[in-house]
Amino acid sequence: MEKTVKSYCLKIPGQTDNLEVIRNFVASVAKKVGFDGEEVNKIELAVDEACTNVIEHAYQSDERQNIDIAVKIDYNKFTVVVTDRGKGFNMQDIELPDMKSYLAEIRVGGLGIYLMKTLMDEVDYHSEPGVKNEVRMVKYCLKKNKKKKNATRNNDCCSA
Amino acid sequence: MSEFHVKRKDVLKVSVVYLEGYLDAHTAPEFERALQELVDEERVHIVVNLSELTYISSAGLGVFMGFIENIRGKGGDIKLAEPTDKVFRVFDLLGFPVLYEIFKKENDAIKKYKTS
Repeated sequence: MEKTVKSYCLKIPGQTDNLEVIRNFVASVAKKVGFDGEEVNKIELAVDEACTNVIEHAYQSDERQNIDIAVKIDYNKFTVVVTDRGKGFNMQDIELPDMKSYLAEIRVGGLGIYLMKTLMDEVDYHSEPGVKNEVRMVKYCLKKNKKKKNATRNNDCCSA
Repeated sequence: MSEFHVKRKDVLKVSVVYLEGYLDAHTAPEFERALQELVDEERVHIVVNLSELTYISSAGLGVFMGFIENIRGKGGDIKLAEPTDKVFRVFDLLGFPVLYEIFKKENDAIKKYKTS
């Protein structure tokens, strides 16, 4: 069976005033493939958080650097890949906050990765600092453990 | 030009801050400045009306977290009012209702200062 992967790409300067453009881009594609409002909101927020991290940490607000955002749709899998060429990090070193303690201690910052992992079905990260760093986030159109009866390639929600 | 605006209305000792548009890493500093202005004026009984706020990210949430301890230390508070479902979901996801009182109506938030 022929496998169709559709891609949508955006290359944009890493500036915070471009975050809205980025959100609109991923939200538009997510709506086009059939995600409902709540799922679109989750996707745009997760991508915003990833891109904000790139701007503030990978690029340390160097506006000359670009961010690549690629959206790939493959059957029921909606993948967003955010790529930068800045200072990388090891995601294994990042400890996700326990929200109870976070709120009790009134901490500030550090919620971006927590949100990404909570909002998306899969998040992984590959880093070659100074060369290429990628955050890959996946949202499935159908729940992994629950499939629509008689779902066909034409009727599932990831149809672009 | 960013589509984010902050407006303020003082109701006796309470200051109501209205957020309009989207609150992200780009617009968060503007909200920060508004809260700092209130703190500088010793106006620490604050209600933030979220009815026109269309989006919030962790950068926006960070502004609340950055001020709440200081404001409560001065005997004040930041109460939230009229969030949209979309914005409330983000607060709820992070457990913010544990830390902040969230009201369906602005007036209820203002009245809470009179009774507390």
